[in-house]
Amino acid sequence: MPVGAVNCDSFAPEDLTMPVPAPRKSPGFSFAVRQATRPLWAVLGERLLTVLIYLCGISAIIFVLSIFIFVFKEAAPVLFSGRFNLGQFLFSTEWYPTSEVNVRYGVLAMIAGTFAVTGVAMLIAVPFGLGAAIYLSEFCGPKVKETLKIVIELLAAIPSVVWGFIGLTVMSKLIVQFTGAAVGVNVLNAGIIIALMSVPIIVSIGEDALKAVPDSYREAAIALGVTKWQLTWRVLLPAAKNGLLAAVLLGVGRGVGETMAVLMATGHAVHVPHSVLDSVRTLTANIAAELGEAPADSDHYRVLFLTGVLLFVITFFVNLAADLAIRGIKKQ
Amino acid sequence: MTPDKHIEVRDLRLAFGTKEVIHGVTFDIHRNEIFGVIGPAQSAKTSLLRCLNRTIEQSTDATVSGTIKVDGQDVRKVKDLYNLRRKIGMVAPLPVGLPISIYNNVAFAPRCAGMTKKSELDPIVEQCLRQSALWDEVKDRLDSLGTKLSGGQQQRLTIARALSHQPEVLCLDEFSIAIDPVTTMRIEEVLKELRKEMTIILVTNLTQQARRLADRTMFLWNGEIIELADNDVIFGDQPKDQRTRDYVLGIFG
Amino acid sequence: MNADPNKRFTETPMVRRKLCQEAIAKWIFRIMSASMIVPLLLILGYLIQRAWPSLSVGFILDVPIRGIKDGGIWPAFVGTIYLVFISLAVSAPIGILAAVYLNEYAKENWFNRIINLAVINLAGVPSIVHALFGLGAFVYAAKFGCSIISASLTLAIMTLPVIIASTRESLASVPRTFREACWNVGATRWQTIRAIVLPNSISGILTGVILQVSRAAGETAPVMFTGAIYFKAVQKGDLFPYRLDEQCMALSTHLYNISTQVPGVRESIPFATAVVLLGLVLVVNAAAIILRVWLRNRKKW
Repeated sequence: MPVGAVNCDSFAPEDLTMPVPAPRKSPGFSFAVRQATRPLWAVLGERLLTVLIYLCGISAIIFVLSIFIFVFKEAAPVLFSGRFNLGQFLFSTEWYPTSEVNVRYGVLAMIAGTFAVTGVAMLIAVPFGLGAAIYLSEFCGPKVKETLKIVIELLAAIPSVVWGFIGLTVMSKLIVQFTGAAVGVNVLNAGIIIALMSVPIIVSIGEDALKAVPDSYREAAIALGVTKWQLTWRVLLPAAKNGLLAAVLLGVGRGVGETMAVLMATGHAVHVPHSVLDSVRTLTANIAAELGEAPADSDHYRVLFLTGVLLFVITFFVNLAADLAIRGIKKQ
Repeated sequence: MTPDKHIEVRDLRLAFGTKEVIHGVTFDIHRNEIFGVIGPAQSAKTSLLRCLNRTIEQSTDATVSGTIKVDGQDVRKVKDLYNLRRKIGMVAPLPVGLPISIYNNVAFAPRCAGMTKKSELDPIVEQCLRQSALWDEVKDRLDSLGTKLSGGQQQRLTIARALSHQPEVLCLDEFSIAIDPVTTMRIEEVLKELRKEMTIILVTNLTQQARRLADRTMFLWNGEIIELADNDVIFGDQPKDQRTRDYVLGIFG
Repeated sequence: MNADPNKRFTETPMVRRKLCQEAIAKWIFRIMSASMIVPLLLILGYLIQRAWPSLSVGFILDVPIRGIKDGGIWPAFVGTIYLVFISLAVSAPIGILAAVYLNEYAKENWFNRIINLAVINLAGVPSIVHALFGLGAFVYAAKFGCSIISASLTLAIMTLPVIIASTRESLASVPRTFREACWNVGATRWQTIRAIVLPNSISGILTGVILQVSRAAGETAPVMFTGAIYFKAVQKGDLFPYRLDEQCMALSTHLYNISTQVPGVRESIPFATAVVLLGLVLVVNAAAIILRVWLRNRKKW
């Protein structure tokens, strides 16, 4: 029987051996609050603030839309001008924007460069990032975990231009030394840099995903006497696969969108790479490198904005996919 | 003489998404009575109260139909929602001490209503803390955090907060879960006192508490009224419905 | 099973193999974690070593000389501070209020889902696209020209989604029961937020905003085309060298310029600039982390 229901029939305050002070009769209840009213300025001020909060609430939609609209608006004149061929833009590797006689705007080489760099980066970052996430969530003690998380957070804070600088000065020398490549700024260099940049996001999202696996799974597996290795491989990874997928996708998004680091570390050659030691140029680096030189309102300038639209669309879908994957975890 | 109807509920239905949890209930609550609501878990007792002060639609995807009138005024057409809520005091089943000082916990509602002078707030705070049998324990530390009190004290603080806006209707939702029997008795004494000033709705799992306090009791089960009658009938030998008898005697539920 | 009870819990070859497997797994993952961090520390050490000849307080306070090939970085340092503070002054209020809307006002419906999607995508838009937007919207359409204002607004929109996300997280950490208790006594949504929600989440919100200081300070691409300038003559140690409608220098673009665009820069200068930028960012981050740890230890419930 729950508390409070003991001996109801015979129980009365008078029966208690311990003294129960009777509630002091208040000298008539005061009902002043019923008459109280808020001052007009407070009511109106709150209404104004609510409107402001609503406006800020929808600001994200406004900004995303206006980013697309403004970037597209700058690109539109050339897109519909007839001088321009969208098929050529997407599927040609010829990029001669400043040529006098033979102007060509083909970004295929840059798309290839972007995906080569991102691919190399993910090849490095995904195993290491997920490994670190597994180590953080399953193997290490709380002290180590705290420290590692702080280090990873600091890793995430390093500005991309500093990463680019590291690629340009440190990494390129190491690459020349170890691989004998002619130039140190190439796909491998940018890949390593982007890998280091996207590892923090992969670790933190991956760790969240592993944390979301119910402890009962772990306990059940441990009760069966499996090793932690088996637990991780057979139980945790399958259970957390959505979250891990999201982590990888966000890493890809970061890789595709990164600008300064690749601008400084890829070597800036417009051609489709054949090996990881080739220099390339990415979509983002191309915009950053040429926007300053392209005269405003020229075709060149507008094509760069069109590249921006392309980037926007690519990252939009990558992020959308990551979001759907994350939503998948929450539903479980 | 017809009793003065304080709250009239007509064909109230409540659904969360597509799942209906209250299937058209109709009843009246008289002024200055203690109205007991008993019933097993999941019988929508708490949701019923939350329909009354309309907090249910603030946080969930609930759809409500039917009418609830307080003082003849339909709560679902009320313009000043906050004034309505001040008319209806609500004590939630789990003790919630707000993370502000004990004094501010109690003074919060009057302040929200627009009362700002300390000279006006002080007597209200004292009155409410005395009514909820908490004054003697906390009078020397009104500045400490409401969250730092023990569970039972927080429950009484919750009651004090519900009294602080001096409601006309006081809804108590399983108020005694976290309190020891002696304190429960003290608060029950206060409730008997308070009923001279306000109408009290007492939702409880403890059938005996309803028996001790209520004038009339409603037996709610799976969102339907099984029986609503004076306490003598519900807790007497011959309630109309066999299920009421079984529930009250503890044969099921 | 082993019949001898004394031997029941002793090591069998299988148990030993399992233990061994577990130890190997642990070491693999430990090495994977270490292999991200140790090289980084080595690189940082290398950067500092190369920067050492130029690194001093005077380096920060001095102005660049000989066509930015030598001297200090003061104008860039101040410019970065300008950009960071103006952009956060814009994005913090909007972001915090937006998070308040999403967490406290919005109901779970399609409109809310669209807003969430917008926030996520805003966070994922590449920085160079933000730069294009800033150029199209603020520099040309709004006619602010290349200026501190344009650059700051561009940065503000970049930092907005992260501020929304972090603020939302700290708002959501305030238990729901507190809000319901307030609504029950007739408090309006804003009174509830004012009295209970904000005081208990403000520390988390501030931490999130501080983290954005470091992000805004490090951003390069969005500033490069909207407000950064190659060189600006400024008095040594002058705290207010820029008007808001002027272009300014920024640490990040300065680092880019001296390391890629200008030949013949004194060798240690780019390294020193990188170290200063890195130090600035890491100090701000460390401060935010310390603040967070300190606040976590004085929870009110």
